[in-house]
Amino acid sequence: MNNDAKYIDIQNVEQTFKTKKGNFPALRDINLSVAKGEFVALIGHSGCGKSTLLNLIAGLTTPTQGVLLCADREIAGPGPERAVVFQNHSLLPWLTCFENVYLAVERVFAATENKAQLKARTEAALALVGLMPAAQKRPGEISGGMKQRVGIARALSMEPKVLLMDEPFGALDALTRAKLQDELLDIVARTHSTVVMVTHDVDEAVLLSDKIVMMTNGPAATIGEVLSVDLPRPRSRVALADDPQYLQYRKAVIDFLYTRQAHVEKVA
Amino acid sequence: MVAAVFHSPLEAPLAPAADATTSASVKAMTSTPAPTPRKTARDFRGLWMAVLPPVMGLACLVLLWQLIASTSNSGIPKPLETWTQAVQVFSDPFYSEGPNDQGIGWNVLASLQRVAIGFGLAALVGIPAGFAIGRFEFLSRMINPLISLLRPVSPLAWLPIGLLVFKGADPAAIWTIFICSIWPMIINTAVGVQRVPQDYMNVARVLNLSEWKIFTKILFPAVLPYLLTGVRLAVGTAWLVIVAAEMLTGGVGIGFWVWDEWNNLNVSSIIIAIFVIGIVGLLLEFALIKIATLFTFEEVKS
Repeated sequence: MNNDAKYIDIQNVEQTFKTKKGNFPALRDINLSVAKGEFVALIGHSGCGKSTLLNLIAGLTTPTQGVLLCADREIAGPGPERAVVFQNHSLLPWLTCFENVYLAVERVFAATENKAQLKARTEAALALVGLMPAAQKRPGEISGGMKQRVGIARALSMEPKVLLMDEPFGALDALTRAKLQDELLDIVARTHSTVVMVTHDVDEAVLLSDKIVMMTNGPAATIGEVLSVDLPRPRSRVALADDPQYLQYRKAVIDFLYTRQAHVEKVA
Repeated sequence: MVAAVFHSPLEAPLAPAADATTSASVKAMTSTPAPTPRKTARDFRGLWMAVLPPVMGLACLVLLWQLIASTSNSGIPKPLETWTQAVQVFSDPFYSEGPNDQGIGWNVLASLQRVAIGFGLAALVGIPAGFAIGRFEFLSRMINPLISLLRPVSPLAWLPIGLLVFKGADPAAIWTIFICSIWPMIINTAVGVQRVPQDYMNVARVLNLSEWKIFTKILFPAVLPYLLTGVRLAVGTAWLVIVAAEMLTGGVGIGFWVWDEWNNLNVSSIIIAIFVIGIVGLLLEFALIKIATLFTFEEVKS
């Protein structure tokens, strides 16, 4: 771990998808490094390849060109040390919430811990997102927001080295979202997790991250600008609401998204 | 594809029952006192709609039958004669006087046994084959032409092959059932495996689950609804085919019974047999639909 500043290192990554109409260049010239314990937000308009980049870091897809490293090792495929919170929660509908989380806990910790400890871990993860009362319900019986929280609990329960989140709070109402953002801040502060989060919510990006990666519009999207957010932690949304520095960061992101990268609808 | 074209006559009457159960569970969850008088009125109407149209349909059938039987001199017995005969037949369904003279109960059971053995063997071969074909594209490309070639063949065309190989009527009939019920199970299972949502497989990949865990926790539950559709189609086909096969092979069985009664020119028994075959088929179908609904879960909406 002598390379903590470049815990995740992305070098000259290019991603092209083969479609029926020919090659579609999704990403080009991506160079990015994420330090250990850093919270990075990827922001950009829809279709700019934020999720594609996240899938590359997860190892779910391999880049057409370039290299991705995590802890000095090439990312060759997905693994539990890089947990993913999926955009559409991806819970297994035939398992209860408890079983969905237990599946992940069991995979990571079964070798070293007994059943009672695995059970305790699962319950702790569900309690963290406030879902112990729904533990024995199936995903079909709970709301979309609750499903997303189970998805977060599942990812956190694995104690991953890197937490990858694909618009995790997008489907939630504003109050639940704020509550979960605060919880995430708290959890990240305690676990010193490295987080990469895709979002299109400017406030969320500024509130949570150390670094905001702003992406240009696709196709062939790339990193337009990287903004370091030097707000002291722990952060409180109430105190930050009229903090001039916070407002300045917010303005910078909005300026990038709506002035320089104003979304032009593609003429198909 | 295969599942989509298949409609059961039972689906419509089943729907109100499903509504009733969901509303009951909602009531249990909210635990607020339900407005009872309105509820009973609605349930009554539901019951009325569930009972009246089918009864009327049956009445039309009987009426038509009576009309045809009394106007033509084709020798078709009238409903009432058939009913008397049926009462006599069912008064002792399990008598046995030698291998060629047994009660209708034994005949039905003998047919069901053949279907069970033939279908069971087909499931043992067909379901794993379906999983393999669905999982590996090479296998799928290898086997698909064979399936396309053999599936349209009437199962009865296989009967002589069965007689030749197994040198017996009973194994030949079972062989025919096996060959006709294996296709829907292979095809539906394979389609189910190919249609497992990518999201679930991504979860498996991120968790790095073992092949066994992927199979038990993701693949099998995801494929189960498709698999059960295949089973339902297979049992339906098997029950269709067994009657024809038994007519050719003889022995004990509902198909043989129909042929035997025809040789005795006992037409009302044949009509009874038609109803018995229909009712048994309906019960098989009903049981399998019930099992299928138990294992169908809400799909992930993306």
